[in-house]
Amino acid sequence: MCGIVGLFLKDKSMEAQLGAMLTDMLITMTDRGPDSAGIAIYSQDTVNIGKMTVQSDTPDVDFDKLTGDLKKRIKGDVDIRVQSTHAVLELRADQVVVAREALKEIRPNIRIMSTGDSLEIYKEVGLPKDVASRFDIAKMSGSHGIGHTRMATESAVTTMGAHPFNTGSDQCLVHNGSLSNHNSLRRKLRRDGVHIETENDTEVGAAYLTWKMQNGSTLGEALESSLEDLDGFFTFVVGTKDGFGVVRDPIACKPAVMAETDQYVAFGSEYRALVNLPGIQNARVWEPEPATVYFWKH
Amino acid sequence: MQTYDLSTGSLRELNATLHAQNETTNQTAWEIMNPRGAHAIACGLDSPIEVTVRGSTGYYSAGMNQQATVNIKGSAGPGVAENMMSGKVVIDGDASQYAGATGHGGLLVIKGNASSRCGISMKGINIVVHGSIGHMSAFMAQSGNLVVCGDAGEALGDSCYEARLFVRGTVKSLGADCEEKEMRPEHLEILRTLLAEGECNARPEEFKRYGSARTLYNFNIDNAY
Repeated sequence: MCGIVGLFLKDKSMEAQLGAMLTDMLITMTDRGPDSAGIAIYSQDTVNIGKMTVQSDTPDVDFDKLTGDLKKRIKGDVDIRVQSTHAVLELRADQVVVAREALKEIRPNIRIMSTGDSLEIYKEVGLPKDVASRFDIAKMSGSHGIGHTRMATESAVTTMGAHPFNTGSDQCLVHNGSLSNHNSLRRKLRRDGVHIETENDTEVGAAYLTWKMQNGSTLGEALESSLEDLDGFFTFVVGTKDGFGVVRDPIACKPAVMAETDQYVAFGSEYRALVNLPGIQNARVWEPEPATVYFWKH
Repeated sequence: MQTYDLSTGSLRELNATLHAQNETTNQTAWEIMNPRGAHAIACGLDSPIEVTVRGSTGYYSAGMNQQATVNIKGSAGPGVAENMMSGKVVIDGDASQYAGATGHGGLLVIKGNASSRCGISMKGINIVVHGSIGHMSAFMAQSGNLVVCGDAGEALGDSCYEARLFVRGTVKSLGADCEEKEMRPEHLEILRTLLAEGECNARPEEFKRYGSARTLYNFNIDNAY
């Protein structure tokens, strides 16, 4: 099954409530998948500052003196905000790549959840309500965000198997469904030098989109070509720095409902997820068409 | 009129209360408030009562219906009126995928659009859709009538048996072994009755009829790979 929620705000006055609204939506979807949960949130854009959201199973050990150690390696400033097993590192945007390499050596147990100017991804094994409260998601503000609760079918229940997946700087993907050609596609992408960490099918979908975009496609074009190249069932919701997109495979058996008002565009695996949104009674509510790319941009 | 509010009462209690009604009940009219997309609302009814749901429903509302009339004053999630035996289900808004699937009897009216797989494996149910329907509708349909006032998506009536499919608008594509059929006076009569029962003012003459070409009924070596 899996449950997906997404919220793209048009009304800036609602930004302070983004985390609270997404949390409520995701908790409603708990019975679609109890294995792991995650949220990608796009918050205030920073000028020339890059953000890395990192995770450790032993945060007391790995995050201790991390800024000092990292500063020495990259010879630049690093700020840290620790939130349970995750930490958001802020550094000069042009030092993110160096920092990623440095972390492999100085903190080999740290995993990178996301990188970007505004994106932060928080995900762990557990129920949406527990994951959301662990990271205090309800207090977060932002312009748009995506949440996912997983019922694992294709690979292990781990933090790295949780959604959303970071597909490139400020890009993320969540998935409901199962891809059937992920093994052959993973081999092909690895031959082309694409880094794929797990045996998870969605990570291959995410890596595929990244690879297409690195080769010149726009996100919209990458999503269009995913309809050709990915075999299996999928409803994807993707986030970019200033946009939010939805695509379903041509069979479209994985559910999806969308709602739009003057204030927001919202996505839910089911209508239940949307019922507490302001003005939902008068929203335009519809089911996205199969094999059709939808995209909204700020 | 009995009113049940799902924001304060439980879904299980609601359905148990509705199931407890028998053919001689005096409580024939029910109103359900705050459905909020919940699953299986008014599922498994078997008495001549009329239930009105004030809002949109989630999966499997009014499933396995017998005798009852269920009005949904909103949109319905996947599998609405699945396996209906008799009675009537009327949806004011849209219906999600596989509306009326496997239904043996009764009437399903969808005043908005229905998405994919509407009437899949229908076995005698009548379905009237005021808007359009999605792909793979009436797949393996066996009997009954599907009336579509708008357009039909890809692969309409794939591998169907003897159901009658009436479409007023365009059909994106016909499924395997589905073909356009002659519209005879008896078909216009069936259509006229169904349109009236389905509260639709379209004219029967505007529709085309589709059905099984019957080439899949018997084994044919040319169909084998």
